[in-house]
Order: sequence, then C-alpha cells, then structure tokens
Amino acid sequence: MNPFNSFISALPGACAQGLIWGLMALGVYISFRILNTSDLTVDGSIATGGAACLMLIRAGVPAAAAVAASAAAGMIAGLVTGLLCTKCRIPAILSGILTQLALYSVNLRIMAGKANQPVSVDKFRLLLSQRYVRAAGFDNPIVLLALLSAVIIAAAYYFFGTEIGCSIRATGNNRVMASAQGVNTDRCVVMGLMLANGLVAFSGALLAQYQGFADVNMGRGAIVIGLAAVIIGEVIFGKAFSFNFALRMLAVVLGAVIYYVVLQLVLTLGLNTNDLKLITSVIVAVFLTVPHLKGGRGNARA
Amino acid sequence: MLELRDVCKTFNPGTVNEKVALDHVSLTLNDGDFVTVIGGNGAGKSTALNAVAGTFMIDSGKILLDGTDITNMPAHVRAKYLGRVFQDPMLGTAPDMWIEENLALAARRGSKRGLKWSISENERARYREELKILGLGLEDRLQTKVGLLSGGQRQALTLLMATLEKPKLLLLDEHTAALDPKTAAVVLELSERIVREHGLTTMMVTHNMKDALAYGNRLIMMEEGRIRLDVSGEEKKKLTVSDLLDIFEI
Repeated sequence: MNPFNSFISALPGACAQGLIWGLMALGVYISFRILNTSDLTVDGSIATGGAACLMLIRAGVPAAAAVAASAAAGMIAGLVTGLLCTKCRIPAILSGILTQLALYSVNLRIMAGKANQPVSVDKFRLLLSQRYVRAAGFDNPIVLLALLSAVIIAAAYYFFGTEIGCSIRATGNNRVMASAQGVNTDRCVVMGLMLANGLVAFSGALLAQYQGFADVNMGRGAIVIGLAAVIIGEVIFGKAFSFNFALRMLAVVLGAVIYYVVLQLVLTLGLNTNDLKLITSVIVAVFLTVPHLKGGRGNARA
Repeated sequence: MLELRDVCKTFNPGTVNEKVALDHVSLTLNDGDFVTVIGGNGAGKSTALNAVAGTFMIDSGKILLDGTDITNMPAHVRAKYLGRVFQDPMLGTAPDMWIEENLALAARRGSKRGLKWSISENERARYREELKILGLGLEDRLQTKVGLLSGGQRQALTLLMATLEKPKLLLLDEHTAALDPKTAAVVLELSERIVREHGLTTMMVTHNMKDALAYGNRLIMMEEGRIRLDVSGEEKKKLTVSDLLDIFEI
C-alpha cells in the first residue's frame, strides 16, 4: 500500500483516538485554563479510569455503569490532589505528582497486580471498539464519541455558567478577588480538580474499551498530549472561537483530533514511534513559548 | 460597628525579619464613620485593614463587627460583611470574565451559590443602571472582559462591586495610589459619593495627607503598629497638612 492510502485507511482510527483524547484534553482545559493550575494527576487518573472500567466490565458490570464508576474513581483522585494543595498547602504541581505516583500502585492493585489486562469485544458488550472504526453505522465508535463530546461540552458550558461554575472560574482567574467576593476558593479548587480528573478518567475508560486493554503506563505523558490539544485548538481556532466558551471547548476537542491525525501522518511518513514523546514535548514547549515571545498577556501561565 | 480589641500581629516571629506590625491596637468605629488612615511605610495601616478582612489570622486580641466575633472567621466567610478595594487595580476583579459576570459574583457575596444560571435579565438591567452612575460608559459594555479596562475603570468597577450589596464595612486600601492624579481624583470623588449615599462605615488607607484631611469625618495616624493620633469631627476639620507633618516628625 502506498503511504497515502495507508494514511487514509488509518484516518478513522486517528479521529476516534483524537476524540477520546479530546475528552481527556477537556479535563486538562479545566485544570490548566479555567483553574489556572498545572495538574499532573491526569497521567495517573486516565490509567485509573481505564483500569477500573476494564476490571469492572470483566467482572460482569454493564459497560455504561463501569464507565460511570471509573469517572467517579477519577474524581476521587482529583479530590486527593485538591486536598493536598488546599488543606496541606502543598504546591499544586507537587500535589499532582504525589497523587499520580500513588495512583501507579493503586492502578496495579485495580488490575490484580498485572501491568496489562485485556478485554475482548467478543466476550463482553463494550460501548466502543477499535474493531468497528471503519464500519458504517452506529457501531462505529466515532458516532458515540462525537455524541459524548457534544453532550459533555454542553454540560460543561451550562455548569461553568452557573453560580458555582462562575465561582470556580473566578477562583482560577483571580483568587484574591474570588475570596473577597465570598467565594470559598479552596472548595472551588477541589471541585475543579475533581471535575477535571473525573473527565480524564472517563476518557481513560473509553480508551481502554476502544483499544481492548488497560495498561498501567497508558497515562504516561497524558498531560502533555492534553496540553498539546488545548494549545493546537487555541492556535488554530483561537480567534474565531474565542468569544464563546462552548466553542473554545470544541476547539480543544478538535485540537486533539488534529493532533492524532498529524501524528498518523508523520507515522505513515516513516517516523520512529519511539521519538513521539520527544516531538510532542517540543511542540508543546514551542507553542507555550510563542505567546510569551510575542509579549502577549499570559497565555503561557502555568 | 467595628471593634478592634487589643489586636497584635507579628510577622516572621523569632527570625531576623521579625516585624511587629500591630502592637495592641484598639479601635472602635461607629456606624457611618468614614475614617481615613495615614502613616509611613510599615506603620501598620494596610496590616490593620487586612486583619479586619481576614487576609491573615491575628496573634491575639479580638475583632468584632456589629457584635459578631469575626476574629477566627475565614476571609471568604467574613467577606459577606465587607466591601474591599485594593491598591492594585488588578486584584479587585477577574480579568478574563465579563463586567456583568464580575458584578454578578459580587452581588452574590454572602449568599449561597448554587446551580442557577449566574446572571438574570433583571440583574443585567440593574447593573446597567448602576454602571451609568459611574459615568464611564461601562453600561454599554456589560459583556466586555474586565482585563480590557483601564486601571481607573477597574477601580471604579471594584468600588461598585464592593458596594453592590451594602457592606457593613467598606475597606479601601490605598485604592487610588496606582492611578494617575486625574483618575485618582475621579475615583476618590466617586468613593466619597457612594459612601455618602449609602451611609457606609468606611476605612480608607491613603498616603496622601491632603486626601486624608479632605475626606471622612475621622482621621487616624499609625506609627510602628500603634495608633498615634485619632481625631474626628470639628477637631479633624481644623487639622492641616503641616500639623500632620509636625506630628510625623516627633
């Protein structure tokens, strides 16, 4: 097969993966852009979501319920990080690293001590599977993923427009102001981190089903992929989408899809997969630097 | 009525940087008092204000507001009684949120926040009216990000936010110090008008002795964490800048 054809045939898979990681990137958007903190918990909580979902499905729990439970597990991870950085006053980055490291052990426990656990789409009713990614019809994971993205963007749009949602945004934007207006900023940080990690674990649960396995290392560098999606979305759609919060979130999801499509492209052009993480890091570093060099206001805040 | 009873605060105790910021400060503000607070750098003016606001917990003493002991109340809880405007125009508002969102946040200071939409159409109409009073043209820019406003506009907006729900006490912490003289005068006039119209009990820290004399019914001078001078009414009216300078120099 020539590279062009193999790229085209890999495109649906890239889109599906991009959509799954798009949900994850929305979680990163909440912690990085709305709360204005760098939450590294996500590297652990995405694997927690995948591990929990997979083991629950294998234990006979319906897939949808397993996904919900996985999201709850992710929220607990966010709660732990939140309490570490509010009640214990540990810097947010370190709090996230601590939780992430602890989750590595927790995830191994969840997966019965194994680093890798499979789930077969033949034996269990999964919500989505890589197998049908080129199929026409509602079995195609892209349909479900697009629908889920739309629902989650709509829900997040509503939530961040409510009184509580606005308090969380104000907390991330200016903590002194929020506190002076009677907002319990500690609680807002905890709530925001719970939402972010719930969403990340949710995406991990979908990812595990999609690829048919969970791996204790599946979250390595997840934060960077999430940031890449956020930044690609902002760079490409920034101007056109900036005025509306729902569109900004859509840009993040599209950013993740673009990331995976471009990745697929360079892979078919013969790039060594081992170099991926290096390239991703460089891209994110460059895009975080650009606004700083332009002297623009605080896009690169961390 | 605000009451400070024997309030003490030492920063970095037991280190070479130890600094007694409040040294047994006792003070009673009557309802409707507009107190201007002056003093040199490190005299304890802002510390006194921040102690009332709950930015930090005091070492000893008591703070009462209308008889309620707020000494150990977290800052965001006592915020329901307080309106605050800061020296730094960046501190009082959320720059990436709209003007109306900032106002809606302020309007809910002290009430429970839930999953209701953060702003209603009625509120919007009210904010438009309130903003019109500021005379800065902000009433037509409800959905503008506050970060795009000038320092003076932001201070005026913060002032409105602080007084949207009538506070028991308004704390102005050198809120015109970072503005150019013309804008500072506008914001100061505005502050005076809002305080007068609502009959707000107010503490205003300032570096400017003329302002301290021109505004308010009472003047406090602080020095080394203590209240050095406390004059009000007719006595304050007779004070001049040179009187203050004389006291400063002793």
